[in-house]
This record gives sequence, C-alpha cells and structure tokens, in this order.
Amino acid sequence: MPVEIRSELRFILNGRDVALRDVAPDHTLLDWLRLSRLLKGTKEGCAEGDCGACTVLVGRLTPSGGLVYEGVNACIRFLGSLDGCHVVTVEHVAASDGHLHPVQQAMVDYHGSQCGFCTPGFVMSLYALWMQSPNPSDQQIETALQGNLCRCTGYEPILRAARAISSYGNTDKDPLLTERATMIARLKALRDGARVEIGEGKHRWIVPANLDDFAAVLEASPTATVVAGSTDVGLWVTKHMRAITPVFIAGLDELKAISVQDGVVSFGAGVTYSEAIATLSHHIPALGPLITRIGGQQVRNMGTIGGNIANGSPIGDTPPALIALDASLTLRKGAERRTIRLEDYFIAYGKQDRQPGEFVEAVQVPIPAATEKFAVYKVTKRRDEDITATLGAFRLVLADDGRVAEIRIAYGGMAATPKRAAAVEAALLGQPWTEATVEAAMEKYAEDFSPLTDMRATADYRALVAKNLLLRFYMETTSSEAPVQVSRYEAA
Amino acid sequence: MNKHTPDLKAEKIAGGVHSSVRHDSAHKHVAGTAVYIDDITEPAGTLHAGLGLSTVAHGILKSVDLSAVRAAPGVIDVLTHEDVPGVNDISPSYMNDDPVLANGKVEFHGQPIFCVIAETREEARRAARLAKIEYEELPADIDIWDLDVKTHRQVVTPLTLKRGDAAAALESAPRRIKGRMRLGGQDHFYLEGQVSLAVPGEDDEVLVYCSTQGPSETQHMVAHALGVPSHAVTVEVRRMGGGFGGKETQANQCAALAAIAAKKLNRAVKVRLDRDEDMAATGKRHDFAIDYDVGFDDEGRILGIDYTFALRAGFSADLSGPVGDRALFHCDNAYFFPHVHAKSAPLYTNTVSNTAFRGFGGPQGMVGAERVIDEVAFAVGKDPLDIRKLNFYDAMGVEGTRNVTPYHQKVEDCIIQRIVAELEESADYAGRRKAIAEFNAKSRIVKRGLALTPVKFGISFTKTESNQAGALVHVYTDGSVHMNHGGTEMGQGLHLKVAQVVAEEFQIDLDRVKITATTTAKVPNTSPTAASSGADLNGMAAQDAARQIKDRLIDFAAETHQVPREQVVFLPNRVRIGNAEISFNDLVKKAYMARVQLSAAGFYKTPKIHWDRSKGRGHAFYYYAYGAACSEVSVDTLTGEYVVERTDILHDTGRSLNRIIDIGQIEGGFIQGMGWLTTEELWWDGKGRLRTHAPSTYKIPLASDRPKIFNVALTDWSEAYEPTIHRSKAVGEPPLPLGLAVLHALSDAVASVADHKICPRLDAPATPECVLMAIERLKAQKKG
Repeated sequence: MPVEIRSELRFILNGRDVALRDVAPDHTLLDWLRLSRLLKGTKEGCAEGDCGACTVLVGRLTPSGGLVYEGVNACIRFLGSLDGCHVVTVEHVAASDGHLHPVQQAMVDYHGSQCGFCTPGFVMSLYALWMQSPNPSDQQIETALQGNLCRCTGYEPILRAARAISSYGNTDKDPLLTERATMIARLKALRDGARVEIGEGKHRWIVPANLDDFAAVLEASPTATVVAGSTDVGLWVTKHMRAITPVFIAGLDELKAISVQDGVVSFGAGVTYSEAIATLSHHIPALGPLITRIGGQQVRNMGTIGGNIANGSPIGDTPPALIALDASLTLRKGAERRTIRLEDYFIAYGKQDRQPGEFVEAVQVPIPAATEKFAVYKVTKRRDEDITATLGAFRLVLADDGRVAEIRIAYGGMAATPKRAAAVEAALLGQPWTEATVEAAMEKYAEDFSPLTDMRATADYRALVAKNLLLRFYMETTSSEAPVQVSRYEAA
Repeated sequence: MNKHTPDLKAEKIAGGVHSSVRHDSAHKHVAGTAVYIDDITEPAGTLHAGLGLSTVAHGILKSVDLSAVRAAPGVIDVLTHEDVPGVNDISPSYMNDDPVLANGKVEFHGQPIFCVIAETREEARRAARLAKIEYEELPADIDIWDLDVKTHRQVVTPLTLKRGDAAAALESAPRRIKGRMRLGGQDHFYLEGQVSLAVPGEDDEVLVYCSTQGPSETQHMVAHALGVPSHAVTVEVRRMGGGFGGKETQANQCAALAAIAAKKLNRAVKVRLDRDEDMAATGKRHDFAIDYDVGFDDEGRILGIDYTFALRAGFSADLSGPVGDRALFHCDNAYFFPHVHAKSAPLYTNTVSNTAFRGFGGPQGMVGAERVIDEVAFAVGKDPLDIRKLNFYDAMGVEGTRNVTPYHQKVEDCIIQRIVAELEESADYAGRRKAIAEFNAKSRIVKRGLALTPVKFGISFTKTESNQAGALVHVYTDGSVHMNHGGTEMGQGLHLKVAQVVAEEFQIDLDRVKITATTTAKVPNTSPTAASSGADLNGMAAQDAARQIKDRLIDFAAETHQVPREQVVFLPNRVRIGNAEISFNDLVKKAYMARVQLSAAGFYKTPKIHWDRSKGRGHAFYYYAYGAACSEVSVDTLTGEYVVERTDILHDTGRSLNRIIDIGQIEGGFIQGMGWLTTEELWWDGKGRLRTHAPSTYKIPLASDRPKIFNVALTDWSEAYEPTIHRSKAVGEPPLPLGLAVLHALSDAVASVADHKICPRLDAPATPECVLMAIERLKAQKKG
C-alpha cells in the first residue's frame, strides 16, 4: 500500500507550530534550540545523555490517545524523531508575566541552585516528575534525578525543593495539564499518516508512516540506521561525528504494543524502558529494580529494550536477564518474520543473527512460575546511571527433593556478548541446592569466562564478583535473615 | 524589582550580613535566563573553534599535514604554534613549559596541536579530525606509582618541612610503622565546560568573555600570548557554571586561542570544548603516592613522622609546586607532630598537567594524616577516634606545647576538640559504635562501618602577594549602588556575600546593591577566586570602598548640619544627623549637588602572614577553619558495593555571613569530597589515554549517592580569631575533606572482616572494586 510522503518535519515548540524542511539527519534538538531558535536556557553539559543539563520535555501521543510528557536529553535527541511531538523547554515553564512555576519557586526558596548551569535540567526533570507524582517519595525523586548531575549542591537542597513543590501550586492548575485536550487535538492534527522523508542519498532521513512502511523502507535501504531512542546512536554523532542515514521509529505505535498472554509478556521493539517497567516489574518483579538502574530517567524515556538487544552490546543490561528468562525475539524483514531464542541472537562481538534489512520487531519473555526463583544483579562503580561492570541473571527451578531441576545463568560484561555460564550451570544441575554445591560451581567460572580489564573494572574483580553473585543468589533463595546485599531503599 | 521604596522605619535592613539571603541569581538559574559565556548573544560573523589533540602520550611531531583540515567545508583558518604572535606559553608561573599549541613535540595524550576556525562549531570539530599527523613515539611515564621518587624528574623545586628531629624520634619510638598509600586524582566536572568568546577591538585591543576564576591571570596570559600590553586585553565574566579550581589556570588556553584567532581574523571567535576534550585536555586534581613512616608510643601518641608526598604533576609545572606545598601544610591535619620531616615530589609525567582543585593539595595531605591515624589505631588496638583525640593540637586558650605546625606556625585558634566532642554527642558515636558491632556480629555478608574525622584547613594563599584584593563601588544619585570586585562567581554566592557587606556598610536594603560582572577593566591585578579567599579578601576590599564613600557622606552631613561626625549615624535606609533623619537616597542626592565624590576603589591585604619557602617557615595562614564529619556505611562483602547510611557534620564558618549559602557549600563540598574518595576514578590505559573522559565513564555522585540521613550544622558559637570580614570564616574548600569520614567508615567496615585486628590500608578512590579487594586481602591475612 503506497504511503503519502511529506518532506516537512512538523512539531510544536512550546506554544508554536514548527514546520521545517531543511533538517539534517544528525541535527540534534539541543543544537537547534540553542543555535537556530536562540533558546539558551537549555544547556550542553556532556553531549552524551549523562548529565541532564539539556533536559527538555517531550509530549507525545500514546497509542491509547493520551498525551504524556517525559524528560529527554536534547543533546542526543535528533530533531527528525520529534515529528508530531510537543517540545517544552525551560523558557516555557514560567508564566508569560515572569511568575515562576511552582517547581522553579521551590528550587529558588530551597536554595536548589548554586552555579545554576545544571538547574534548568533539574527544573525540567522535576517538572516531569511533579506532573506524574505531585507528592513523590524520596525514592521517586532520586529515581527521577538519576540522569541529572549537579556538582555544587550535593543534591540535598534539590531534594528539599522537590518535596515542597506541591505546597507552591496544584498540578490541576498547571498549563501543560489544563491545556492537555487542546494539545492532544493539535498533535493529532499533525498526524497525517504520511511518511516523512527529507534529504537524499547520504543525507536522507525518514520517519516511516507505519510499521509496514518501516519494513519496506529498511528492506529497500538495508544500510540505513534504525534509530529508536537514539541513546546510543546519538553518541555516534555527538562524539564520533559519524554520518548516519536514520530511520526514526520512536513514533510507531505498532512497535509499542505490550501484552501478556499464556504466561508470556510480549512487547514491541519500540517500547521504552519507561513504558515497559510497569508490566515487566508486575510480572517479573526482579526486572523493576534492574530497569531503574539503566541510564537516567531521560534515557529510559527514550531508550528501548528492543534497541538494547538489537545493538548487540556485550554490556547491555537487559539481554542477560532476558536470556536467563529464555526470552525470544521476532525478527522481521519486509513481510517475512522469524522467531529465535534471544541467546542465539548474539553470535560474537559486533555480530548478531540479523540480516541486512531485517529488524527486531518484538520480544517475548516467559514469566517464571511462582515456584521458580529469578534474580538479576547489576554491579557498577556508581550505583545508578552507570554502565555495568558485571551483571548476573539467575533463574532456578528446584525439584521436590531440593535438587536443581533447571538453572539458567547469564552474564553481561564478562565476554564479547551476553553469555550463559554453561559450565557453572552444568555443575549445579541435578545437585542439591546447598552452599557446598554452589561453592563447587563457583570453581567453574573460569571455564565459562575470561573477562577483560578496562576502566570499569579489572578482570580479577569481574571474575570474583561473578562468582560471588551466585553465592548471593544462593543466600537470597535460602536465607531470610540478615540482608545479603546493601540497598538504598527499604524493600517495598 | 526596579521600583524601590525604601522602608524608612525599618529596624534592620533586608539582606545585611549574617542573614540567610538566597542566591542573587537563583530566579535566573531556574528560568534559564542566567547568562553563561556560551549564552552571550554572539556578534554577527562569530567563528567557532575545534581542537586537534595529540593521539600519543609522548612523541616528536614528525609531520603535521593540515591540508585536508584547511580544505574542509566551512574552515576559515587553522592555527598552529606559528600563529601565536607573542610567546607560545601560558604557564601561570612563566616557566615556559605550557604551550598554547604544541611545537615540535607532544607530552600528553590530548595535548592541543592545532586549532581549526570555522563558520560553525560542528564544521570545526569535523575538520579537526582530518589532520594527518606523524609522531615519533617516545617512552612515556604515565603512573607515578612505579616511578622512583628519589631520581625521577620533578617539574618544580620540591618543598621540605622540618621540625625537630624526625629520624631520631622514629629510631627511639616504641612502635613504628611504614606504609604507602595510593590516592587518586579528580576531574572537576564543572557542568559548564571551558569556554571563551573573544571580540576583537581597535588597534591591539581584544575583549575576552571567559569562564575563568582568574580574570587578571587570563588577561595577562592572553596579553603574553598575543604579545601586547595587558592594557589591550579586557577579560570579563559574569558567572561560571562551576569552577572548583578547574578554571583557575585551565581557562587560559581557550581564552588565548580565541583571542589569537579573533585578532588574526578580525572576527569574534568562540572556543568551547566538548566534554570529552575538556576532560582529556585540561588538568585535574593531583593523584598522590604517599609514603609514611610513623613512630608512636603504646598509647597511640605520635612521636615522630616522615612523609613523602609524590604527586602526578603532568607534563608541566602549572600549579603543581604550590599544590604539593599545600599537601605538606596539611599533612598534620589537626594533629601535633612533635618531630616531623615531610617532603613533596612533583613528578613529571606524560599526562595532562594537573592543577588546582578545591583544597589545592590540602585534602591530599589530610588523607595522609588520617591514614597514619588508622595505622596507629590498629597497631595499639584502639578506636581511631581515640587516637585522633589523643593527637589533636592544643585547644585555643590552652598554654601548652603541642601547638606548633610542621611549618613553625603557632596554632592559636584550635577549636577541634569542642567540635568533635559536640559531634560525637549529637551523632551518638558511642551508641552507634556498639550497635554496629552487634549488627556485624549477626550479619554475614553486609558489614557496617563508622568513622568520625576532623578537618583543620589553613586559610590564605601561600603565595603572599595573592592575598590582596580590590573593589569598586559607585553610588548613583538615586542612592542605588553599583558593586564590583575582583572575585568571580562560580555558584558559591560570593557576589551575594560581598553585596551583603556593602549593603550592611551603607545600611541599605540588599536590592539597592547591583551585582556586576567581574572585569579586569574595573578592578585590576586581582587574585584568582581561589584558596577559599573570595569573601575574606573581596568583602574587605568592598567594605573599604564603601567606607570611603560613607566617610565622605558623614563629612558632608556633619558639615552641612553643623553636628559632630559621631552624630551622623547610618540607620536602615536612612541617616540620622543630629536630631534629624534623612533617607539615604536624599542624602546621596544632596551630596552629589554639593559635589561629593560618590565612587571609591577599595583595597585589602591580609595582615600578619608571611612564608619563607626556602626555610619552610612562616605564618602561612591567617587563621584556620575547622569541621568534623561522622559517617556510617554499609558494605556488601561479596561485591564491595556500599551505601552511605548517615552523615553528620558540624562545621565552623565563624560568624557566618550567610548561613544558608555556607550550608550549601558544606553539603556540596562534602559530597564532592566523598565522590573523590569513592566512585570518581581516573583511569589511563597503557597508551596514556584517559579512558574515563566523560560522565558515562567518570562517575561523580548522584542524588542517590547522598547519605540516606544527612545532618549539617554550623558551630553557632564560633567566630574568627582574627578580625576577618564580620568575623566570618572561609568556607569554599574546608568542607571538601569532610568526605574523608566516608573513606574511613568504609575502612572500618572492611576491618570488621578481620575482627578489627588488621589495618585495611584502604586506598582511594575506594570504588566497590577497591573495597572488595581490600576485604579479600584482609580475609587472606586473617587466615594467615
């Protein structure tokens, strides 16, 4: 079915409609705001989505017809991915008469800024949080601020401000919320069902009209770069200045489906971490705390689990967990689909079982039975918003006699791909689930892994921790006494 | 804001000294309207720069082919060392070892070799990648740990401090321990990276907007590189997006490049580094290798000590000499050493030249002191806090003999005993010590640790001439005041504090005092805003300026009303002259009509201080600031991961000029110090390339790294021993080493795996890996 082609990017910036025809494939939202629109309240701190100084809100229609505002990193967000969105910058937060917004007034009154450079980003992150949770817990505040670095205050006054926002105003008076219906109508009006295609050859970028169109576009241009959240590809541009010919798929509703059927959670490859967390953590509780330790909130609002899998990183956090759960992938090329086990997708470093023109369409994750034990442990230098040194995922089924009936163990950061610990599993299988068994199995790690030394950890540390995580898993599954890991938050 | 009706009946002015006024720019910070250098409206035709950085750690530049760079789209020019019209050097001490652009050789991975100037920043950055550079690689010294401290090249003359006979004291001491500690460096990670915008003027003039802590030094360096007199160069900065010492000398390179290009091309030029370039090409806190040899008695009283503080200077001197000096100045922390010998060793390495960072070597010295305390405590089997208390300097007012520093200055104002006693009580140290022991006995994997560590920090530049400041105050005919001084604003609230001082002096509401950008054209020859001295020095200078004007107003009022001068009294927003009252604004207007000068330049120099480096003797510090922190941690002994459960701080800022600003400095300083000693790890690969060059790999604390419980209090009872500005004390740097409490709490938790019998010798940064490896080491030692 042929689709209409539009060679104009349309979205809403603060209050105004924007229509752009001259947009490069790698044009970032931050540069456009600062350099073209001269909106300089949004700052560049790192240009890689880690510091949050560039945080803006992006409002987008949800598949169910609602409108959600989320904090995103403008530095690694490509302009082309914003078709049909509402971008809100810090300049749009205070009232037009200069009257500060409750979030801003709280930050002022509680001394939440010192040098002030990170402050607009904090304001935007807190704004997004406040709209969703007007009276957040400290854990919610800290989670919402994982993607915002402040080097001056030590955060304490920012927390005080965040707790106090609702004493400065009600969310029901907030313009973004009171004008929601109007904005939904305006955004819907931008949705003409057309494919956006701008530029030619090496300078072309596309927003497919729908999933079938995406499949057709990618089949026709197999070297195009599929960009969902741009949390990885963004850095190709800002740091490595690589040329890209992107196909932006973040807006494809069909890739955002989440369903639970017959003990399996299925979700489309375009589902972001933020969208996935409620369902996944409801059915597989151990995935909740894992997902909230991936990136900061802004990255989770953009990044997708599909992308985390598709890019084949050896330190992606979801693949080991999903391999332990024996998840499978649906891959699609044109109209052709095939399903493979996730663990078979990763072939070698930089090499996956994905053909040119093929893409990850959906992920299926079996829900462990109530009697199964499943845990994921991510170990990093800094607890939050850090890239994994070692991550271990464990799924255990015990037989009635207390022996190991089934065990799946997978690691990230230990090899060139996310990888199962086959020798360790073999040493455990059929054995009684005792500390002696576990200690014997810990000796087998050297057969499975010879990790590297890099800036995140030495090989020795990785090897030691990998083993110890098995011991932790054993203890957590057998002991109910003293805690066997440190935690910032009391168990929910 | 502009309309002002002064309250002429007020009992107190709004926003005077000792009041907790919020940051003057807070409302602009939150609205995104505070202007940083990169936000300044660019002159038409502004060009942008991209740097070409060395890709080897040490080498001869065999050939530098920039033809593809020059041919790239948008490129206007490419600068090399040959384009530097003056001297190709920005060494802050004029040692001629810090080229603007490399000439003939490169001495670290990331050293700028050339600078592309293009129509857009993106074009400049893209073009910079097209250079073809051939190097003849030379052997590179990266890590100081393996270097021979005795023989390795040093970038400046080291310092030795000596008092008594350390060698004899060590010989005769009942107990003696030697050891070595590895202490990492730290990136500043100011959120706003290095940036300068140069606008060319007539003749040899250039105006440089630069994110710099030292506008005068930047001015001098730009002039030096341009080969023009200082009067041709104006440097201005309204505010920085964080500095922390990282924009003291490190701002000069961008400023010089922008100015050189602007003069050459007669167009405005902006140089703004990408975060990765910033972290690769600009200096950091020095990492140290600390050798110690301590003699003590069975009680744990230190008798003699010998220290060597080796520091990674990098490829040039920069500030490594004085940083090493300040480490020695603080190797005693708050402790009296009867006999001491301490020397610095600023070692040449093929890494970026390290520089100032909040504390300026002082915190590193204190880490050395606290390691020794730990060693002694474990050796004699006591709680480290008992050893700390046993070794403190004599308290203020005690006529004892334990009050002389290794640099022969008498400590006259020591209040650490009272601070520690009060904190011990308020944090329930004893009760929690017991509770932790019980917890640890029951918990196999998670172990808790507790520590209470003191801070004594010397206030003054050790470079005596830096202890001066200037200010410029104008009173306009409507009674509003324009305030300018040599200090710079990097978030610490300096401008606010100085404005409070001026408001207090005139007895006018704070909003009558306009804060203005720091510029070398208004106040010349200023010192960098560093060494925690900003408010002490500039507050005094501004007070002096205000007092000059006030004196003239008093003279005028006394004369016109025919009353004695004593009967002219400045009340809030008004002046009482004899029995009459007149508003400040009216008095000013009348004074103007009578042709009274309403502008003054103020000046201040710190009294009493002197320092003879060659002899290692002097009154190096005007006074000391004190504080203490108590931290509790939980450690996972399977992974080394940890959580800071609670921190209590009691800190001395004298009679605080602004409590809320000071508390902000303490909270922020503690977290920054904690970050330095825990998760902030700088990691170079075998090629001398810094691999932790961005926030993805270099981990400063997040909101979720704060102590779960965090109590910060000021010593309400203290005031500066010396007549400082309103008896307040400096607060920029002293809180940073409060973060040591976390390192030592981790050490305490690690020690629990060997029943507190073995000193953990926990190095820093104590990453989870470092903690786990210490645990493994102790477990192995315990087994024997």
